[in-house]
Amino acid sequence: MAAMLKLENVSHAYLGGQGTALAVEDVNLDVLPGEFVSLVGPSGCGKTTILNMLAGLFPPSRGLVLLDGKPVQGPNVRVGYMLQQDYLFPWRTIKSNSMIGFEIRGEQTRDAESKVLELLAELGLDGSADRYPHELSGGMRQRVSLVRTLAGDPDVLLLDEPFSALDMHIKLQLEELVWQTLRKRGKTAVLVTHDLQEAAAMSDKVVVLAANPGRVERVVTVPESIRQAGPEAARKLSDFEQLVEQLWTQVAGKEPDPAGGAANGQ
Amino acid sequence: MDNRENANSWLKDLETSYLAGERRRTMSVRICQLLLLAAFFGLWELAGRYKWVDVLLFSYPSKLFQHLWTTLLDGTLLPHVGVTVVETAAGFLLGTLLGAAFAALLWWSPFLSRVLDPYLVVLNSMPKVALGPIFIVSFGSGYTAIIATTLSVTVIITTLVIYNAFRETDANYIKVVRLFGGTRSQVFAKVILPASFPVIVSTLKVNVGLSWVGVIVGEFLAARMGLGYLIIYGFQVFNFTLVLSSLIVIAVVAAAMYQLVSMLETKLTSGRRER
Repeated sequence: MAAMLKLENVSHAYLGGQGTALAVEDVNLDVLPGEFVSLVGPSGCGKTTILNMLAGLFPPSRGLVLLDGKPVQGPNVRVGYMLQQDYLFPWRTIKSNSMIGFEIRGEQTRDAESKVLELLAELGLDGSADRYPHELSGGMRQRVSLVRTLAGDPDVLLLDEPFSALDMHIKLQLEELVWQTLRKRGKTAVLVTHDLQEAAAMSDKVVVLAANPGRVERVVTVPESIRQAGPEAARKLSDFEQLVEQLWTQVAGKEPDPAGGAANGQ
Repeated sequence: MDNRENANSWLKDLETSYLAGERRRTMSVRICQLLLLAAFFGLWELAGRYKWVDVLLFSYPSKLFQHLWTTLLDGTLLPHVGVTVVETAAGFLLGTLLGAAFAALLWWSPFLSRVLDPYLVVLNSMPKVALGPIFIVSFGSGYTAIIATTLSVTVIITTLVIYNAFRETDANYIKVVRLFGGTRSQVFAKVILPASFPVIVSTLKVNVGLSWVGVIVGEFLAARMGLGYLIIYGFQVFNFTLVLSSLIVIAVVAAAMYQLVSMLETKLTSGRRER
């Protein structure tokens, strides 16, 4: 199967007054259509840099970023992006926040609006359309942000630690919701996370990155049984702990203090 | 149930006595404010009547208010007030508008902003009213020169404050718009401008005060009308009753204008503070 997303010998350096920083070096990565891939690794391993290049926010210094076989030229309707926090515009209603993608592309049709309202209802936000972000809880706001991302019907979703700012039980709920929603629609997803349990529970494939400069350390394929189960059910499977343990040794092997900390490394 | 009611009545009492205390405190503040005002005018009146101070220089309140009353009735006061109010309003509205426009230009072109940076620093630290004579020889002695003097006071600082607000807009909001393929002008219209709106409105308030400085200095230098003109004219003919009564009018009108703009600010930004 041809890759939906592909990084070919990608390196990226940030240039600035304080000197040049090599963020990622010679990264190769294939993400198949419908696949859910997580990027994990210590801070400074270039996770977000990779995500930004996939989104087309900036081109790599060297190498190729391909979406469905074609080089990525800039932000694209086919790629959606969810940020760490919701970043809903406080001066816009929930509906107007969710419509912003259409608005920017000049496609504010009646169809688009009813689609957005449908999505809001599907994610349990009916009745919130005319409210403002500050009237909603953190979990609800992140769901609105998911609606905003899904509204343009992208084939690929890039998730930049979208659950990290939430309370534990809301985080688990939302992981389940996102996983179900993406699977139902056959979306391809790349998740950046610090949380190894989250990566293990949601992904088909976990890419472990090493830092300074960021590079691929190892790609861990998630066992079929865990893949088929949703994140909530996966956590209860017998081989789940073992997978997290395995990821932990991969990531922690690169850290100065491998003995410290539990398996759910934050 | 009985307990509950007891608890409630106990709370009610506490609340009532708290509110009553709060009302009493507010009342005392108001009374002190009025006493201060009365003491100020009372002492001034006495000092004038009993010649503790030179009446020619310091006049006294009853004379001032009588003067204000007669000029109000014979219609010679209001035209001056009108001219000054219009000049001031034009000054702070245009100043805010132009400042916002320049800030947008600087935001649009980082190159231009780097080029102009040292000039803005120098212009900002300069006492702009010193440019007054230049404006008078350029625009002639009239409204244009006075409004130009006022703008020189307001525009630079407004530009700097608003430009700063533009730059401090959370980069992640810009990222959201860029991710949807938004252009630079869409980033400006959908993020930068609405996010900075409260700052722009609050510069309007600051500019009210600055505009009064510009207008009065402008009228000192070149005017046939206006409260600044009345002051400088009164000074020249040694009529300090005119000078002081004009000051009182300025104090009242400036305070009223500030309150009006404050109310406008509250109205425009209500519901925007919470996040």
